[in-house]
Amino acid sequence: MKFDRINRRIFLKSSAIIGAGLATPTIFTSGSRAQGFCNEPTGANVVLGFNCPQTGPYAEEGKDQLKAYELAVKHLNGEGDGGMLNTFKGSVLKGNGILGKKVTFVTGDTQTKSDAARASATRMIERDGAIMISGGSSSGVAVAVQSLCQDTGIIFMSGLTHSNDTTGKDKKRNGFRHFFNAYMSGEAIAPVIGEAYGKNRRAYHLTADYTWGWTQEESIKNATEKLGWETVAAVRTPLGSADYSQYLTPVLNSGADVLILNHYGNDMVNSLRQAVQFGLRDKQANGKNFEIVVPLFSELMAQGAGDAIKGIYGTANWDWKLDNEGTKAFTKSFGEAYGTPPSQAAQTGYVQALLYANACEMAGTFNPAGVVEALEGFEFDGLGNGPTLYRAEDHQCFKPVLVVQGKQDPADKFDLLQVVKEVPAEQVSYDASIFGGELGPVNTAC
Amino acid sequence: MDEFVLQLLNGLDKGGAYALIALGLTLVFGTLGVVNFAHGALFMIGAFCAVVFSRLIQLETVTIDPEKLTPWGSPMEIRTPLVQAWFGDFGAFLVQYSVPLSLLLAIPVMLIVGLVMERGLIRFFYKRTHAEQILVTFGLAIVIQEIIKASFGANPIPVNAPSALSGSADVGAWLGLGQGIFYPWWRLAYLAFAAVVVGLVIAFLQFTTYGMVVRAGMEDRQTVGFLGIDIQRRFTVVFAIAAVVAGLAGVMYTPIVSPSYSMGMDFLVLSFVVVVVGGMGSVSGAVLAGFLLGILQSFASMNEVKNILPGIDQVIIYLVAVVVLLTMPRGLMGRKGVMEK
Repeated sequence: MKFDRINRRIFLKSSAIIGAGLATPTIFTSGSRAQGFCNEPTGANVVLGFNCPQTGPYAEEGKDQLKAYELAVKHLNGEGDGGMLNTFKGSVLKGNGILGKKVTFVTGDTQTKSDAARASATRMIERDGAIMISGGSSSGVAVAVQSLCQDTGIIFMSGLTHSNDTTGKDKKRNGFRHFFNAYMSGEAIAPVIGEAYGKNRRAYHLTADYTWGWTQEESIKNATEKLGWETVAAVRTPLGSADYSQYLTPVLNSGADVLILNHYGNDMVNSLRQAVQFGLRDKQANGKNFEIVVPLFSELMAQGAGDAIKGIYGTANWDWKLDNEGTKAFTKSFGEAYGTPPSQAAQTGYVQALLYANACEMAGTFNPAGVVEALEGFEFDGLGNGPTLYRAEDHQCFKPVLVVQGKQDPADKFDLLQVVKEVPAEQVSYDASIFGGELGPVNTAC
Repeated sequence: MDEFVLQLLNGLDKGGAYALIALGLTLVFGTLGVVNFAHGALFMIGAFCAVVFSRLIQLETVTIDPEKLTPWGSPMEIRTPLVQAWFGDFGAFLVQYSVPLSLLLAIPVMLIVGLVMERGLIRFFYKRTHAEQILVTFGLAIVIQEIIKASFGANPIPVNAPSALSGSADVGAWLGLGQGIFYPWWRLAYLAFAAVVVGLVIAFLQFTTYGMVVRAGMEDRQTVGFLGIDIQRRFTVVFAIAAVVAGLAGVMYTPIVSPSYSMGMDFLVLSFVVVVVGGMGSVSGAVLAGFLLGILQSFASMNEVKNILPGIDQVIIYLVAVVVLLTMPRGLMGRKGVMEK
């Protein structure tokens, strides 16, 4: 190319064209600023963004959750059998979308990584115009996306996140959590394992070395020490270790008689199976049978761990075998659609989508300010967990927590966990201020 | 003392896995001069041979039982393993011993994978730089990994050891150290397997004429060529052997760590450190360094050691590598002239 041929006129012309091109997005942005709030739906549709791990260590949980979101969208639009829409008490949903607009959705892959999750959420908000983001199967991801949604004026209905920090020190006015947390797990499980294993126990913790592991270790330690248990050691293991033999060996002669595995997903599958291989469950220590506890359980992890979970105690947010109308309706819809019972990851996602839609209907607007007001202090029932409160102070749901145990003699491949106890919400409630953090003001601007 | 014995066993076990993978890596490097970053993927393919085999053997017939209902009200599917239905007790035995039997399946599969990989891709990169070899083999590893992930999902898939080998052995009684030192049978089996395979490969190279020619080719490819021997074909065979060794190591590893798509990469970096510490291209160096680093890593993870030096278990291998390379730049048993110009 010969640059000497570019004369002043051509240069000016092309500059003007390029300039106009560059300015175009700004014109649209300034147009959107003129709206009352970020991504206000103006057409016949409203877009929800579902941000789940579709690859990475928690992919199986994410995929299950995504199926539930699809089901929720169908039911909101009046398609299918309606699922929990038929049992939801406190609902003003009409089955004709949200505020008369048909619900559509876009999905993103968090890869169980905070940066990837933020990138996919940003894409859904900026390009697809999502008005609400839901999903996540990791506390690291949930905390990161929650703060992004706060900054961009979008509502975040978190999926599976169990760290105390999500509605504790990292809570945000635009973010809401239906799932329970590590503190509640500790309060629920401690009396049960105290009853089963005695008050005079010595516990050894192996903990996944990141935010969720730390808060779970702290919560379980506090709860079991209140029982009278002694904590012998708490050893941190790097995320994604495959071989835990070097961490399990010191447990054998540490004087401990209980091993508490603060691991999740693949890590839990490997550490639990290996602990069983090392004969920990056949061992005697301090004159007692050695026991293993996995404070946070999921059905999908139980499938991965195989026989190793038999008899092991843990806690769960929800189980498809619960005897209530909402659970039955959801299990039926999900089972007919996908051929398996839904996991707790699926249920929490489904419920969050319904709760968001209902809050918009109650508020009569998609404006986050109205949605937040409708959800704060909202009491509802019939969504599978019994009477539930969305606490205004920290946007945490309070409902009964399940203590579950790996089934000794499963009737079929769906029947892996049994519910030992439903611990009432009052017993796992706490003062909203103990984990610090500030909700701050609601943000509605892009 | 108990913990010392157990950590020693852990170290030997881990070392066995390192040695098996590093052995293949260094064989390929020594003969073909190729730095094969897809070697970890071969280990993973082996592990998935066990998954496929145990799934095949557990293939079920599905009948619908209209009497029994699923939780959502449709008729329940009743599943019976085919082999058990056909062969009775022998079928049950096959299901039980699916992992050891997978070794038989893995040998032909890994041979084919190894031959295809060498003939189909790697031979075009013999004369390229190491950087280009690393790029292409690393790319290949990612492709294999993604294929496995797309086919089997991202969750680890549990594969069980035969129930006769899934408990623990009373190692303390064997060693006369009293009661209470138990070690999983399967890990002991893995250690024995590693020892046998390492012994066989070294014996093959040292004591067979075929192996002798291969070794001669490693020293001076041209001269062996002048003698009228098709050394290239022998090297292809060596590549296939390396693939089989990695694959078998993967099969045997499945009851210890549930196979997942990322397991190859997890081992790869460590295995390269083992090769470098042992000496590039030295088979016995790789074996020695594998066991040495495995044992050191285990001892570094004892709580007594970590209390004094927190985090030492994470870095010990790299610290050793630094020290070895500073004092013995060719590695423990490295020879002059390898990777030196």
